[in-house]
Amino acid sequence: MMMSKSDESAPYTEPVDAPLVLITREPLSLDELISQVSASIGNYGAIASFSGIVRNVNLGRTVLFLEYEAYESLAEQTFQRIRNEVHTAWPKVEIGIHHRIGRLELGETSVVIAAASPHRADAFTACRYTIERVKQIAPIWKREHFEGGHIWLENATADPDDEEARSSAYRIACT
Amino acid sequence: MHVTILLFARLHDLAGAEKLVRDIPQNATVKTVWQQLVTEHPAIAEYETSVSVAVNANYSRMHAEVHDGDEVAFLPPVSGG
Repeated sequence: MMMSKSDESAPYTEPVDAPLVLITREPLSLDELISQVSASIGNYGAIASFSGIVRNVNLGRTVLFLEYEAYESLAEQTFQRIRNEVHTAWPKVEIGIHHRIGRLELGETSVVIAAASPHRADAFTACRYTIERVKQIAPIWKREHFEGGHIWLENATADPDDEEARSSAYRIACT
Repeated sequence: MHVTILLFARLHDLAGAEKLVRDIPQNATVKTVWQQLVTEHPAIAEYETSVSVAVNANYSRMHAEVHDGDEVAFLPPVSGG
């Protein structure tokens, strides 16, 4: 990502260039993503968003911090694939996905998704669908560091062509 | 011929490397590369049925052919978000 050396504390110093899909080690900005998504859609009256936050307890373990790793080129390509799926299912919706990697502290934001649409129903639905798909097929992993150890979390075997998984994400989003 | 192998997350830990270059036979598939890797690092065998694969940063399949210079990635179950 292009960052000005003199202004490293501010995320996305060149918001105009912020892409709709991104893997970055920098802090995420939902505002910048929303600006970018809004600028990419002609007609919208609703924006729904999702932010994933590092929480302090997982499966009864006291979490200290998380470490995210990604196959970056494939992850961004997978985000594009999810955008294409959204465009097919909800042709009037535009979405953006930014995911952070590296070490994240409790309370920090790991992923932001914004969905813009003429009406709220499709924005909410597409946003939910998108996070479900990110969790199913994006080549991203988190290592949880907790009191007493650390463990790589492994949730879903990534298979973008698995129609059953895609349908499951769609059902979750639409109910 | 040679391929570059990328390993992520726990596969990286088990093999002790995130990037390996290996000599493989002509007409090899992704499965050939995987089996060669399992011989070298038996601990990764447990991922046989749960691993995803990519060739040159595109999702692929175990039966796909690989070619000289390809980048073959093995991906344990994902946990993004």
